[in-house]
Amino acid sequence: MASVTLNKVNKLFGRDHIINDIDLHIGDGEFVVFVGPSGCGKSTLLRLIAGLESISDGDLCIDETVVNDLPPRERGVGMVFQSYALYPHMTVYDNMAFGLKLAKATKETVHERVMATAKILQLEELLHRKPKALSGGQRQRVAMGRAMAREPRILLFDEPLSNLDASLRVQMRNEIARLHNRLGSTMIYVTHDQVEAMTLADKIVVLNGGHVEQVGSPHELYQRPATKFVAGFIGSPTMNFMPAELLAGDANGCRVRAAGIGELALPQNAQQRQSGEALTLGIRPEHLCLAAPTDDNCFDIVNVEYLGNEVYVYLEPKQGDTLLIHRSEAPSQWREGQQVSLAADWEKVHLFDENGAALMLSTQQAAA
Amino acid sequence: MNTRQLAKIAKRVGFWALIVLIMVYAVFPFYYAVVTSLKPSSDLFRVELWPSNWNFDNYISIFSQTSFLRAIFNSIVVAFSVVFIALLLGITASYALGRVRFRGRSTVLLVILGVSMFPQVAVLSGLFEVIRALNLYNNPAGLILSYTIFTLPFTVWVLTTFMKQLPMELEEAAIMDGATPWITITKVFLPLMWPAMATTGLLAFIAAWNEFLFALTFTLTDDQRTVPVAIALLSGGSAYELPWGPIMAASVVVTVPLVVLVIIFQRRIVSGLTAGAVKG
Ligand SMILES: Nc1ncnc2c1ncn2[C@@H]1O[C@H](COP(=O)(O)OP(=O)(O)OP(=O)(O)O)[C@@H](O)[C@H]1O
Ligand SMILES: [Mg+2]
Repeated sequence: MASVTLNKVNKLFGRDHIINDIDLHIGDGEFVVFVGPSGCGKSTLLRLIAGLESISDGDLCIDETVVNDLPPRERGVGMVFQSYALYPHMTVYDNMAFGLKLAKATKETVHERVMATAKILQLEELLHRKPKALSGGQRQRVAMGRAMAREPRILLFDEPLSNLDASLRVQMRNEIARLHNRLGSTMIYVTHDQVEAMTLADKIVVLNGGHVEQVGSPHELYQRPATKFVAGFIGSPTMNFMPAELLAGDANGCRVRAAGIGELALPQNAQQRQSGEALTLGIRPEHLCLAAPTDDNCFDIVNVEYLGNEVYVYLEPKQGDTLLIHRSEAPSQWREGQQVSLAADWEKVHLFDENGAALMLSTQQAAA
Repeated sequence: MNTRQLAKIAKRVGFWALIVLIMVYAVFPFYYAVVTSLKPSSDLFRVELWPSNWNFDNYISIFSQTSFLRAIFNSIVVAFSVVFIALLLGITASYALGRVRFRGRSTVLLVILGVSMFPQVAVLSGLFEVIRALNLYNNPAGLILSYTIFTLPFTVWVLTTFMKQLPMELEEAAIMDGATPWITITKVFLPLMWPAMATTGLLAFIAAWNEFLFALTFTLTDDQRTVPVAIALLSGGSAYELPWGPIMAASVVVTVPLVVLVIIFQRRIVSGLTAGAVKG
């Protein structure tokens, strides 16, 4: 068990600056998830921590020690690969024992550790099999077993579930969560699936283009996204964005005019902002409310999706072409072709400035 | 019977006729060698496809020559050493060329390929000087050295292609398990590379076993010769008679091990040769 600290870590491949000044602290026993769009550097950051890539600039510490120049085996990290990368010619037992044997453990210790790991992962029946005789989920468990057998202080996962089908993914997600509770070791997990991120993480790190957009608990990221990027990335279906204009505002709140909706009083702090400034209003699909249409607030329902437990209603504004999504519990009274007016739970909406940064809540609201 | 069926039968017949033709073309010379080796020298030039009486005199005569037995021993030592050294160097070189990123890697690979295109005669005199300088003239070690030089480019090239196809994550998993490059090669890659090694090893073996020009040039005395030279230098009853019978018997004796080896390894060879083409 260990903590990990990144201090202005940078990584360049040739001239490409892939990881840009990342500062991050991962506490002992925490489950941290890196999310972000494809190519944002999640895997690279994980491999820097593992020691599979060298750090171009900055410091990486495990506990109090700078480990920039330590090889992976001396860092006390274990890694689960996306393709599992099991040794095809070795049995499950030998796959898990390989690292222990290389660490010169005695025969008894090797056996003891492998059996204990196999027990946790329910692999006892499969120990004599070769990887090709295993199902996807079993291979996945062996890959975790191999990483765990040496009792690393930190376990790293690079999209470990992306090769599994949907139902198995849910099951393995659960097993990983239970494993974390049971082992209590520090885990760092890379995914681009936000459901995995939300359900597993103590702390989510949202990466974008090689820098950290926001770090926080799943709750914080959902409730208070710091940027428009995070707001759009976390939550499913994604947040609705519409253009708005700041009319007036101070430390206690502001008034904006949103296209197609009208004038609104919002709880965001607009001190230091120019009236007339262009803003973006963000409303989560579950916070939208529909009502009978009025003259200046009128949207067409272009599609209704029924998912059993909930219903998505797609709305087309009179001007502009991005569809808005409204989400509610089934059954829904709305039908395709109807016209509606939009309102929202105005306490729960978000405002972003032109740079994508969120406007803070006014002091009263934040206290409440 | 309609024309469709007829055409189908004709196609089948044609197909099998072609196969028989290829078989005869490929196997007949060897078959005729076997037949000749079983004839007494008096019958030698009577053409027959099946020997009328079996006669093992030729075999007895070559096995009673100690120089021939010695040549077989030399050939075995040389061929196995060449295979061993070529595979050892080939595997380690292919790891470097296939896995380690360094400047000039593709240049090295191209040079290796280029080297393998020189004909033997072109390097004969140069190599002769090298062997003399190393004091390996008339010594099987000189042959081992020169054969290895000619086998390595092919071995390295094939093994590198094969090594490049092994997934990168496999090696990284080994690194995470604390393996050094040497352990990764021996414990993780080697077991997966058997097909490629069987293929290249066997081809190296055949090349070393059959090589004539270097063997003739770099050896002087009977007790240092390898089989191809020994066969060519078999002498008959008089200076004007070529001992065809013993030559054929000797050829059959030294070819049989190759055929056996190929049969043993044939599956692996096929999978090794196709491994480069299609990703498994
Ligand atoms: N060895 C390398 N050499 C050069 N560029 C690289 C190398 N490895 C990664 N990159 C680049 O670094 C960037 C980030 O790659 P990375 O694999 O970390 O993305 P990722 O966030 O894991 O994406 P994904 O979700 O698709 O796995 C990419 O633009 C990639 O092209
Ligand atoms: Mg990745």
